[in-house]
Amino acid sequence: MLKTIIVAPLVLLFALFTAQVSAAPKIEHWTTVNGLRVYYVPAPELPMLDMRLIFAAGSARDGAKPGLAMLTNAMLDKGAAGLSEDQLAEQFEAIGAVFSSSTSNDMGWAGLRTITLEKEQQAALELWLKVVSKPDFPQKDFERVQKLALVDLQGEKQDPASLGGKAFYQALYGDHPYGQPENGTEASVQALKVDDLKAFYQQHYVAKNGLLAIVGAVDRAQAEALAEKVSGALPVGEAAAALPEVKPLTEAKTVKIPYPSTQAHILVGQVGNKRGDEDFFTLYMGNQVLGGSGFTSRLMKEIRNDRGLSYSVYSYFAPSAQLGVFQVGLQTKLEQTDEALKVVRDVLGKFQQDGPTAEELEASKKDVSGGFPLRTANNSQIVEYIGMIGFYQLPLDYLDTFTTKVNALTREQITEAFTRRVQPDKMVTVIVGGDEK
Amino acid sequence: MQVPVHEYKLDNGLKVLVKQDKRAPIAVVQLWYKVGSSYEHNGSTGLSHVVEHMMFKGTQKYPTGEFNRIIAENGAEDNAFTGQDYTAYYQVIAADRLEVAFELESDRVRNLTLPPAEFKKEIEVVKEERRWRTEDKPTSLTREQFEAVAFLNSPYKNPVIGWMADLDAMQVEDLRAWYERWYAPNNATLVVVGDVEPEKVLELAKKYYGSLKPTENIPPPKPQTEVEQKGVRTIKVKAPAELPYIMMGYKVPGMINAKEKWEPYALEMLASILDGGNSSRLSKELIRGKEIASSASAWYSGFGRLPDLFSLSGMPTKGEKLETVKAALLEQVEKLRNEPVTADELARAKAQVIASEIYERDSQQNQANVLGTLETVGLGYKLADEYVDNILAITPEQIQAVAKKYLIEDSLTIAELDPQPIDPNKPKNTRSFVR
Repeated sequence: MLKTIIVAPLVLLFALFTAQVSAAPKIEHWTTVNGLRVYYVPAPELPMLDMRLIFAAGSARDGAKPGLAMLTNAMLDKGAAGLSEDQLAEQFEAIGAVFSSSTSNDMGWAGLRTITLEKEQQAALELWLKVVSKPDFPQKDFERVQKLALVDLQGEKQDPASLGGKAFYQALYGDHPYGQPENGTEASVQALKVDDLKAFYQQHYVAKNGLLAIVGAVDRAQAEALAEKVSGALPVGEAAAALPEVKPLTEAKTVKIPYPSTQAHILVGQVGNKRGDEDFFTLYMGNQVLGGSGFTSRLMKEIRNDRGLSYSVYSYFAPSAQLGVFQVGLQTKLEQTDEALKVVRDVLGKFQQDGPTAEELEASKKDVSGGFPLRTANNSQIVEYIGMIGFYQLPLDYLDTFTTKVNALTREQITEAFTRRVQPDKMVTVIVGGDEK
Repeated sequence: MQVPVHEYKLDNGLKVLVKQDKRAPIAVVQLWYKVGSSYEHNGSTGLSHVVEHMMFKGTQKYPTGEFNRIIAENGAEDNAFTGQDYTAYYQVIAADRLEVAFELESDRVRNLTLPPAEFKKEIEVVKEERRWRTEDKPTSLTREQFEAVAFLNSPYKNPVIGWMADLDAMQVEDLRAWYERWYAPNNATLVVVGDVEPEKVLELAKKYYGSLKPTENIPPPKPQTEVEQKGVRTIKVKAPAELPYIMMGYKVPGMINAKEKWEPYALEMLASILDGGNSSRLSKELIRGKEIASSASAWYSGFGRLPDLFSLSGMPTKGEKLETVKAALLEQVEKLRNEPVTADELARAKAQVIASEIYERDSQQNQANVLGTLETVGLGYKLADEYVDNILAITPEQIQAVAKKYLIEDSLTIAELDPQPIDPNKPKNTRSFVR
């Protein structure tokens, strides 16, 4: 009901790398009869329910058909069990239910949010089950979705940030599946056929390849019944094979993309870490000091506060099933490109060598552990967390032990991890903006 | 299941609103000032937003950098936002550390030092922000110019972030004057939502805010009432881009000035019929159906301090022309004028409003935003309690009536983005602005 204000936040928030914790909700876990893993947190306070069904069906599974995972996921609600997209949308919206779905490099997921009045919840569940287990992939709707995907690809060409992001992944990963664009290329999207999508769906959207996250005003017995119902609608299937390992870069690479923007968009980075990685905590805390904590990070201090070079500057590790990215990003007016890049490299090099100061680490520990209750304060956040924990099969006490693990870290451990895992002389640098020279 | 809002007023005029939400041991603390871009004048646009940036640059007690350091030390989230009608500063913090937020925020109501050296750097940051938000984004650029043309003398014509020339010319003294004029306890509302005890919040408010001196005679902003539009306005915006884009807006009343109290609610429902989910008309008929648009949206909010626009926008899909999308959007408007909406459509729109009321309570921030906005624009936070009932009372006839009365060509502004080739060797800033 609020007018969308032109919000002017001082830093960008990058949710994907914030592996934070909360006054940890207790996660209950079990497996359904046909092999679907279930993760459940009761939240009785509000009459609403969130469910998220997640599969190892992300773009890393595209194979030779970039865009396949994304389009398959986008087609779920375009017609199911004989109902058209219009009918599905009308029925969800008539009861105030919200269907959502998306993909990342590792995952493909479908979500439901509903109020828990008996009639509405029942209707929402039935409808959602049709969408997730009986999608029709109608030819006509596929052609429209394909066309929209092509418009998106065209739109990226007027967005220097997207151009830079894509070039970064490509330069970093080469032939590895993580290097392919999640939304494909014009040629690959055009070449997709409905049968490709159906085959992808049938292989990947199966009980043994997924998990269900449940958060809301349902008790354990109700959650078990829900889970059996959901998994009963899915074929058993097989879990997807592990993704190939990532090979780190062996030399530095620079990619320049000319563009008539007023700013240069700069990305610097390399491969980072995995979910469940032994260096996860050291890299996470090191990065908090370097560029992950927002206002107080070193990059923010040097680039923005001391020099006024950029509105936003950040660094993050995006841990994935295989080695994800480590990235530093900023934008600055064209004339300042070299200056900004030099500061980034200096900060990065110095940090990699010396690590955080004792003071910085202490402050960062206070920040991360003091912020503990903020990260899982509402149902939306919790369903996302338990989905992540379930997908990567992290320990169920991941949230409970996070603070303890963070607080036990020493400067030396962090410096050692950065020395071992970060190679300032073997980074990808992408610059979008400026002319051909 | 309305949760009561506890309302207090300190002797110095500060209003305090507290709402309990015990689902997690956290609290959202927001300080809302009645000042934003619509209070600004030609040549001085962007002042409220730049003050926002400078709010983090120190007081006597907590010099530059200290605010952020202490916030981080307490694991809190902290930020601020500036809109047309308000500026709000907030912290999300563990409920047992509430006092930290009160101490820091109250200190900068009156004691900002505005160091010139910090200003010099920070204004460059704001310019980078403007480049990033607007200059290099063709649709944002179109929106900015659309608003500048839709309004002749209403201050809603100015961008919140300010025009680049105004940022270039801004002096730290301008900020000081702006800060001294508007940033006072009697021009602010403190909103706290979370795992807190209202009486304890009041006690803390008295302790930290109670001694702040109010500003006498804060002059209310001059009316700057938009002159009546005398016919359709059309502009083209040329910019390097791949995809064309259209924005259209009709002058409509808001809650604050509507002579008929129901009209803004009817306009909200009208927007919802067009664009309130995947089953709404624009999705169903323009994106699916005729398959002419890759995106299409309708937007209205009655919660401004001043009357605003009912706006529509769209982007053609591959192989379609902007003209076709424009005609289709106008056809949708025509249809709303000619026929009442169906009972089913309206029921769906209403069901979504009811469900959203519940979902909104999942976020403490959203709850605080509602209270803060309503209070700050002058509508009063109690409006939130009647909102759903007022929406549910709307009839198809009322929706048709507002469409007939307000969605008329004489009050329409249209902006079209005319994509220019993306040639990296062409000099920048060659956009023309054709009226």
